[in-house]
Amino acid sequence: MADVALQPNRAATAQAARKRSSLQSVLQRKSTIAFLMALPLILLIATLVIYPAFYALHLATLNKSMARFVGLGNFEFLFKRETFWLVVKQSCIFAITAVMFKALLGFIIAHFVHNIPAKGQRKWRGMLLVPWVIPPAMSTLAWLWLFDPSYSAFNYTLSFFGIGPIPWTGDAYWARFSVILVNIWVGAPFFMIMYLAALKSVPDQLYEAAAIDGANWWQRIWYVTLPMMRNIIAITTLFSLIVTFANFDIVRILTAGGPLDHTHIFATWAFRVGIEGSDIPLGASVSLFMVPILAVAAIFILRDISKRGNEA
Amino acid sequence: MTTLTIDKAGPTRKAKYGSMSRDRAWALRWSYFFLIIFAIFSLTPPIYMLITSLKSSAEISAATNPWWVFHPTLENYVGLLTSNQFLRFFWNSAMVSIFVVTITMLISVPAAFALARMRFWGSTVLATGVFLTYLIPETLLFIPLFKMFAVFGDFTGIQLINKWYVLLILYPTLTVPFCTWIMIGYFASIPKELDEAAIIDGASWFQTLTRIFIPVALPGLIAATIFAFTVSWAQFLYPLVFTTSTDQLVMPVGIITTLIKGDVFNWGQIMTGALLGAAPPLIIYAFLMDYYIAGLTAGATKG
Repeated sequence: MADVALQPNRAATAQAARKRSSLQSVLQRKSTIAFLMALPLILLIATLVIYPAFYALHLATLNKSMARFVGLGNFEFLFKRETFWLVVKQSCIFAITAVMFKALLGFIIAHFVHNIPAKGQRKWRGMLLVPWVIPPAMSTLAWLWLFDPSYSAFNYTLSFFGIGPIPWTGDAYWARFSVILVNIWVGAPFFMIMYLAALKSVPDQLYEAAAIDGANWWQRIWYVTLPMMRNIIAITTLFSLIVTFANFDIVRILTAGGPLDHTHIFATWAFRVGIEGSDIPLGASVSLFMVPILAVAAIFILRDISKRGNEA
Repeated sequence: MTTLTIDKAGPTRKAKYGSMSRDRAWALRWSYFFLIIFAIFSLTPPIYMLITSLKSSAEISAATNPWWVFHPTLENYVGLLTSNQFLRFFWNSAMVSIFVVTITMLISVPAAFALARMRFWGSTVLATGVFLTYLIPETLLFIPLFKMFAVFGDFTGIQLINKWYVLLILYPTLTVPFCTWIMIGYFASIPKELDEAAIIDGASWFQTLTRIFIPVALPGLIAATIFAFTVSWAQFLYPLVFTTSTDQLVMPVGIITTLIKGDVFNWGQIMTGALLGAAPPLIIYAFLMDYYIAGLTAGATKG
């Protein structure tokens, strides 16, 4: 640009060159370069995310051998099965309970970490984030061993308090509890780290002002901390709701859906039906039931993000 | 309330300061107390992995105190690290993760640059789309993808299912959207004057990216790299669905499918394998904790 202004001669020759090969000029345009740079990303998303998503819709309308179109036959079949409704119920219980406790626990831990002197915080934060860093498949194995029916280290410890052997993964209700517990263990550190970042961004003056006005600790949380963190809490919760709802690793390794399908959630049941039972269309139909709740959460997150974008 | 305190401001102020500092001391004590409880809760499984990994099978089946090692032995580690099968899993995992990180960076950094700095038709829609893609879980896509690859194999004769390199195609769908998203955030925070100066000095767009944006956004780049590595190392569903023969498996699936044989659980070896599988992310985390946390919080706080 600068030398165009200084040397008009050169600009003229450049224009002539541009006329000579219009293809080259298109290739050198800023938007074309940008498009080419983003092209691999576009191709990846189009072929490996968007196409399979629609392909799943198509698959869901076929019969088991994938030779015949059955329309909504698979869904009809699912609605008549008791296991399906069990899975729906369990997915909702699993996701809602786990996210609630993760959010609550994360909030409490973040507060305690925030309370202690700044130079010790790093160490504690480092320790408390370990569950999030370990691959969930590996840590769930440790939990499986802690819950082992005959060698459970928890039951060993509890026996000293006279609490009889607990069937951690054997009984339907305990198995649900165990699966949720492990999920909370994995996910709470994520909330903790997000809330901690948010807590640090709340200006100290607000707390000082609240203290001068005579607010107790509860009022300080309710009227200062929570309103200031509302955005982060909303985004983290919605995000975690998606991830938890679509969870696979923990349930698969800990109980594999058992006992008697009482811990199956959408993802594990879709795997059982679609891959292990090689009924791909039915598996695809099962996993499609995750879409509505994911879509609702995604809309809320997007609204939030664009709102913040406008503010900035 | 306020008028009352103003009335007796003189005498009460000192007492209130004293009670406040006492309150703070108690709050501090309670904080430490609960933090210790939470730390025990967080660290029990990994520590129990370590304890069990140091036990022999005989000691495990003797059902002595599970929280203590009476006869520490390294036989589980020796057993696994000399087994070709296990080394194969480790090697497969390492290959997949390194390739996926490279592919992810090659795709997402230029795309993030284009989306953050250069406008083109549909670029804002694409930026939102990238974030939406990140929200689509892998559990929604694995069945259609499995069928797609099977059909692809039938048509072209290129059999991708049950080969470890199929994961190189699948994992980027998990890593690229997030990495692009956080790189857009980092690139957007770079002052415009910097790249305008570079363009005026005659730098091409590519040079602006490599000479200005990548060095300045290096912390973000490291955070994105760590994220891509951790995700590809920990991924469990795709390898479980797409690979079955033992020489094609990656760590998490390999440990679960080969060390658990029927009802015979060799827990000493399983825990050793799990610990070795958890080691690479843990080591990276130990050294690069700040980048790790920056990447974790960037997804929600940037953009």
